[in-house]
Amino acid sequence: MTIDQSRSTRREVDRNRLTPAPPTESYLGMPAFPKGVKSELGNQQLRRNLRHATTTIRGKRAMRQAEVHNWQEMRTAAEQIKNRVGRHLDHYLIQAEEKMTAAGITVHWARDAEEANRIVVDITKSKNTDEVVKIKSMATQETDLNEALEEAGIAAWETDLAELIVQMGHDKPSHILVPAIHRNRSEVREIFLDEMGNWGAPAPADISDDPPELANAARLHLREKFLRAEVGISGGNFIVADTGSLVIVESEGNGRMCLTLPETLISVVGIEKLVPTFDDLEVFLRLLPRSSTGERMNPYTSIWTGVTEGDGPQDLHVVLLDNGRTKVLEDPVGREALRCIRCSACMNVCPVYERVGGHAYGSVYPGPIGSILTPQLRGVSSPIDQSLPFASSLCGACDEVCPVKIPISDILVHMRHKVVEYKKGKRPIPTGERVLFKGLGWMMAKGNRLAGAQTFTKTAGKLFKRKQYIGPIPIPGYAANWTNARDIPMPPAQTFRDWWAEREDTK
Amino acid sequence: MSAREEILRRIRGATRDIKVKDPVADVAVDWVYGQPTPLDDVVDTFIENIEDYKARITRSEASSTGQAIVDALDELGATTVLVPDGIDAGWVAALEAGGKTIVRDTALSHYELSDTDAVLTGARVAAADSGTICLDHDDTQGRRALTLVPDRHVCVVREDQVVSDIPEALIRLKPAVEARRPITWISGGSATSDIELDRVEGVHGPRQLFVVLEA
Ligand code: SF4
Repeated sequence: MTIDQSRSTRREVDRNRLTPAPPTESYLGMPAFPKGVKSELGNQQLRRNLRHATTTIRGKRAMRQAEVHNWQEMRTAAEQIKNRVGRHLDHYLIQAEEKMTAAGITVHWARDAEEANRIVVDITKSKNTDEVVKIKSMATQETDLNEALEEAGIAAWETDLAELIVQMGHDKPSHILVPAIHRNRSEVREIFLDEMGNWGAPAPADISDDPPELANAARLHLREKFLRAEVGISGGNFIVADTGSLVIVESEGNGRMCLTLPETLISVVGIEKLVPTFDDLEVFLRLLPRSSTGERMNPYTSIWTGVTEGDGPQDLHVVLLDNGRTKVLEDPVGREALRCIRCSACMNVCPVYERVGGHAYGSVYPGPIGSILTPQLRGVSSPIDQSLPFASSLCGACDEVCPVKIPISDILVHMRHKVVEYKKGKRPIPTGERVLFKGLGWMMAKGNRLAGAQTFTKTAGKLFKRKQYIGPIPIPGYAANWTNARDIPMPPAQTFRDWWAEREDTK
Repeated sequence: MSAREEILRRIRGATRDIKVKDPVADVAVDWVYGQPTPLDDVVDTFIENIEDYKARITRSEASSTGQAIVDALDELGATTVLVPDGIDAGWVAALEAGGKTIVRDTALSHYELSDTDAVLTGARVAAADSGTICLDHDDTQGRRALTLVPDRHVCVVREDQVVSDIPEALIRLKPAVEARRPITWISGGSATSDIELDRVEGVHGPRQLFVVLEA
């Protein structure tokens, strides 16, 4: 499609909305991973953008890790500190609440997304304003806060550059750190030209696709919103239990704008985001930037401990969000996922993520962490959540980079087991998968049975000698789940057994 | 049941397998806090890392800091300068002599801050290994908006304020946290890598950071 065509087919501005409409499908209504993959794999531009981005960031992360002489010790410390918090979460939450309250913060608790959204909407409404500025936050994406605000007549403006691209592009984020990683510069230019003017200061008409010019357009567009905003909304990277401080790391300064300029600030933070002491920050604030953007330090870190008279918001709220986290905590294996500090290193090294991108995971948490966290947060009753633990080749690259040492592959296997158990409970009659694996088990149990089967693949291999791939095989029924998005390599003309026998002979 | 009680009840149910109730006794943390990071030269490392962020840094003797600040502002093309109340009187005199217009923070509005060319501040501590300057917003640095809204930031750091890394810096930031003052860490100017992971210097915060390192 040429650019002109794509522009003429763009949607008309929906005058009934305060902010750009998000795509119509919800995450939960999205197809299961294998289906999502099929459409995403077909998107060449997406794959090119992703490969470029993940390759760059992988290299930077590895370099920054190598610079730190005690990296592995630091990872172990992070693991231990986060385990201490998770295993005694009630203790630390109560301590943090006490400290925050004493510092002038109003602390709220939310059992689920709906309750969290209601709290935020009510506070915002009480301020008689019809808009809020937002700093990128995974927790509020999880609760779909923007749409709850929209329904209440409040416009929520995303201010992180990538989030702005996603919002203006009527799109969904595809990465937790760089949510518009699936867009290239010329796509961003188109989106800005088409949309910015509908919602505030337009992009300069002669703007090129040079990233500094695009960043400047974002600066101009957002500045008026920052300067006039009365309510800011954030997440939080850490809450320090022994001081009641909140910590947010960012790059662009949009976070500082949201945290500093409005009179009211509401921070929605997952209950697992605690660290016990202020001193513990020395571990996390060194691991996080090096693992996420591959920088020695992110450009800006804000730490605030309650209300400071004459400086920043005078009305501070923190919403402590459960929304499934206590369910994760219940599972002694799965609970290790709660250590996650959302650095995104695991998705940047993941060969599956690199090829399919974030949208196929059907959740705000894509990549390896999404595959273990989402089905725990939401349970394994929907097809998308059942498919997620299988969206991995178990290569283990994620385990190696995770700064808090989450054994992602082990939890993946554990979750697969849970999915199978769930299905068994639902359907006592064997599924196709169980019959298939029973059969495989029978075949592999005895050497001669396996040898027999291999004679068949060997013959096939000889028949198609010169082709490398068969392409997706249109097998109907259950096996299609496995074959429809994968090219099947040609069976080799010689089996390992034959090769070994021959090698022994020629010795 | 309130949401608070309900969540705490869920947590206690979910962790009933954990028998040792004292968090510190239950999970040991093998880490020695507050250790310096071994560096060949702390100050040189700091300078290199600031430059790596594409921020400017120059060195001055205590007697010439005022002039160094004026030179920095000239280089940045700034005429109006926001000056927090605790800034050294000698530097203020140098600014006046250098033809700069001094703006004091008389509860300025966001728009007035936005119309000022630059801000001049001191710092609390700086971490060399990551090139991080830590502000604790005392009267040499002013409230947070001062170092955020104007487009240029000239920051004077004394060499004795530069430590090896974050662990040592946190020790010096402790009093500010205990006094519940906000803290801001700055590592270079604002930047983004959101478009194709190309780093672009300068988005919403000050787009230019100029560090004057005083001996
Ligand atoms: S699982 Fe580990 S690597 Fe992945 S985002 Fe979380 S902390 Fe980072």
